[in-house]
Amino acid sequence: MKAPKIWGYRRENGKVGVRNHVVILPLDDLSNAASEAVASIVKGTLAIPHAYGRLQFGEDLELFFRTMIGTGSNPNVAAVVVIGIEPEWTEKLVEGIAATGKPVKGFSIERNGDLKTIMEASRQAKEYLQWASELKRTECTLDELYVSIKCGESDTTSGLASNPTVGNAVDKLVEMGATVSFGETSEITGAELVCKQRAATPEVGEEFYRVWQAYNEIILKHKTDDLSGSQPTKGNIRGGLTTIEEKAFGNLQKIGKKSRYVGVLKPAEAPRGKGLWFMDTSSAAAEAVTLWAASGAVVHLFPTGQGNIVGNPIVPVIKISANPITCSTMSEHIDLDVSAILRGELTLDQAGDMLLDLIVRTANGRLTAAETLGHREFVLTKLYVSA
Amino acid sequence: MVDFLVHEKSDNVGVATVDIEAGKVAKGLYMDTQESIEVKALQAIPLGHKIALADLQVGDTVIKYGHDIGRVVAPIKKGEHVHIHNLKTKRW
Repeated sequence: MKAPKIWGYRRENGKVGVRNHVVILPLDDLSNAASEAVASIVKGTLAIPHAYGRLQFGEDLELFFRTMIGTGSNPNVAAVVVIGIEPEWTEKLVEGIAATGKPVKGFSIERNGDLKTIMEASRQAKEYLQWASELKRTECTLDELYVSIKCGESDTTSGLASNPTVGNAVDKLVEMGATVSFGETSEITGAELVCKQRAATPEVGEEFYRVWQAYNEIILKHKTDDLSGSQPTKGNIRGGLTTIEEKAFGNLQKIGKKSRYVGVLKPAEAPRGKGLWFMDTSSAAAEAVTLWAASGAVVHLFPTGQGNIVGNPIVPVIKISANPITCSTMSEHIDLDVSAILRGELTLDQAGDMLLDLIVRTANGRLTAAETLGHREFVLTKLYVSA
Repeated sequence: MVDFLVHEKSDNVGVATVDIEAGKVAKGLYMDTQESIEVKALQAIPLGHKIALADLQVGDTVIKYGHDIGRVVAPIKKGEHVHIHNLKTKRW
């Protein structure tokens, strides 16, 4: 399949974005107030407040910086104003983002106070916003995009129709040369051996298996009850799912039938080439989408059964559902209704093409349901306690 | 309109897309080949639940999505409801 044309923003490093945000990025919890003040003064900029950035250490600190630098570096972002409490870590975040070549400037609050910082940062934000407003979308192709996938609030209709619809689109995206990433490490439990075999090479499969085992050990270490009784859940069983294998294969439908993943990524790590990639993520929607956005994904595909409504500040999240009740009672949250598959009136191949068309329209600027409703969930993954 | 869907030709269970009444000759569709199939439901199959497409013996493997989703722990006749009373994970 030849990659369709899209209209995107080609950034300084050659990557293609589909949104043009000027982001006010707080380094830490203490800088949220100033960042939100700047975004309220300079209309059209976007503050991304969060809860962390102080006294983290080791691997947790590395993940924090990878996520923050990745968020600012995402091709959907035109320029960034960083605000931090102290200059050293502020500069570290600025330098990380500057490596992409995009405009970025940092402001620190110590020895300035909030008010002076807000004034200076607002002047810079205003300059960036006017500059970004003159950037033009240019002709690109769909295979230049990096797309992430994850489902939520799944039910029987997810495994039957919405997940396989995403899988159909993913096979076509990978075939045309796009970059795609899936994850949800713990949700693969039950299908881990089949997932291991879906790797492009035995080495990559082994690497996946190590990552899956490590995640599983964390869950077993902290669990307070017997997981054999909780997977599948009582709700899953009521819905018709019998075994953990069945549940996991329903989830794994999202990676399609043909594509093989070429590598394993740490949380928030950028893919090192095209094709399908596995990323080690939690299965919590906002945490996982935040990690993918930080790894550079510019569109996220989110199939849902009962109606997860998650969004992201910088990445359009496309909702696909095949549950007719969800599609009618929560219609404002659903971008693509594929419930006709359940009636035998729509094939997976047709549904996959409809989704590809919607990705193209979204890439060209059509707002997703989550964007129109202001869903900007940004949730950092914390590995352990702070110092 | 169909009563159940089957993911792959190799599957031995289908999934009800409506509540299927006992005794009804249910119409199904293979999602990969688009072939039709008919199975007489011997029991009521609730929406989202599985219907057996073949007789299955204790120890047989139930295949869905083209994959092993567990073992049969009580005999199942074609058209019967497949769930926790006759299918169990091989994991624990």
